[in-house]
Amino acid sequence: MNVPANLKYAASHEWAKLEDNGTVTIGISDHAQEALGDIVFLDLPTIGRTLKAGEECAVVESVKAASDIYSPVSGDVTEINQAAIDAPESINADAYANWLFRVKPADAATCSAELEALLDSTAYAATL
Amino acid sequence: MPLLTPFHDSHLAAGAKMVDFSGWEMPINYGSQIEEHHAVRTDAGMFDVSHMCALDLTGTDARAYLRHLLANDVAKLTTPGKALYSCMLNDAAGVIDDLIVYFFTPEHYRIVVNAGTAEKDIAWMQAQLKGFSAELAMRRSGSHAVAMIAVQGPRARERFWAAFPDSRAVSEPLGIFQGVEYATTGGIWLIARTGYTGEDGFEITLPAEVAAETWKKLMGAGIRPCGLGARDTLRLEAGMNLYGQDMDENISPYEAGLKWTVDLKDATRDFVGKSALATRRVDKQFSGLLLLDRGVLRAHQKVITPRGEGEITSGSFSPTLNQSIALARLPLDVAIGSEVEVEIRDKRLKARVVKPTFVRNGKSLI
Repeated sequence: MNVPANLKYAASHEWAKLEDNGTVTIGISDHAQEALGDIVFLDLPTIGRTLKAGEECAVVESVKAASDIYSPVSGDVTEINQAAIDAPESINADAYANWLFRVKPADAATCSAELEALLDSTAYAATL
Repeated sequence: MPLLTPFHDSHLAAGAKMVDFSGWEMPINYGSQIEEHHAVRTDAGMFDVSHMCALDLTGTDARAYLRHLLANDVAKLTTPGKALYSCMLNDAAGVIDDLIVYFFTPEHYRIVVNAGTAEKDIAWMQAQLKGFSAELAMRRSGSHAVAMIAVQGPRARERFWAAFPDSRAVSEPLGIFQGVEYATTGGIWLIARTGYTGEDGFEITLPAEVAAETWKKLMGAGIRPCGLGARDTLRLEAGMNLYGQDMDENISPYEAGLKWTVDLKDATRDFVGKSALATRRVDKQFSGLLLLDRGVLRAHQKVITPRGEGEITSGSFSPTLNQSIALARLPLDVAIGSEVEVEIRDKRLKARVVKPTFVRNGKSLI
């Protein structure tokens, strides 16, 4: 199972990456795409929506099932991945390159604490 | 302990992802459900269906018993090996199960029922046997256990014959829903031109002992292993009911699009559920839905129509149409071609009502 060391993970199988510009990129883990099977549809939050950490904000649907996505951090949605919306199967091919959405945290300290509360790659891998 | 079919080791060797299905450990896919789906629509795939329960019915009253037990009439089966699809109803005309019955002689039939319902089916069938001289023997386990495999797709028969050339002479002449017994060194097989995918192909019943070697030969002939995931999207595209999802004991065949399987031609024939069927109010129709907006239709979503509300009974993404489709029970008088709305989470998406057969023999009917 592919669990990159440079990302943080939620127990609900999202990954989060703090970018240099302070935004956080969010996607689902390789384990999640594997469990879901062929992904066929993404329902992503609207740009500008304010999310709280742990809030249900998107749905990833495979042929088999719909899976709710929870934002690992708080902030405003600044970007959604249109390429992934157009080709949802790309997430099956690479769940880390093909992210879902980006949020801009209201303040860096809260964001840092929320990221700190997530699992690191070793701890996440141990839950699988 | 999960129940295992005779193909269990073959699944693991082929890299299957195994899941629980009614107590059976079965393959959901071997990598990609969509690729398996396309293999069946364009070439050939195979499914382990050994979890379904084969029963042999023998005795002088076998025919009379089945004419009493089933809503379809086995009297129309006169050619050995001929198969019939039927519902088995309760006294209120609710569907206990849907099944296939094969005729061998008026004193010998083979019945194949669903995996999850087998125990209640057998209990019901045994109770109905009272007064009839016939007996039922379960073939899913024990010393005469059988394995069952469905080989489906436009090239399924040709690839099956490549694996088992000697079977061709007896199985090539088979019409749809016709089976034949085939004597091999590995015992007697039943080869039938039936399936649950909307494609041509065979369903083969064979002694459990030769299951693994048969699987290997079929793989060698280029037939792709397919899991329950693809089986579900294929049957959904073909508009075929799944028991427990699209119908159950609260639903009559008339509400499940299965009126064609209820045979009332012989007015003197009395079968279980017949009188209830005659008086039971039918207020829903079995329909197909094609999602016009982006999203995925799923079971239990609410359908809003000008004539009232309905419900989706099965929904998924159709790999052939590249769009979401569903089977639904809608109010009567909702016309084919009309537009309805489906409640998906907090949204209402547009869908079109269509005939519940989306794909046949690789081609879209939409």
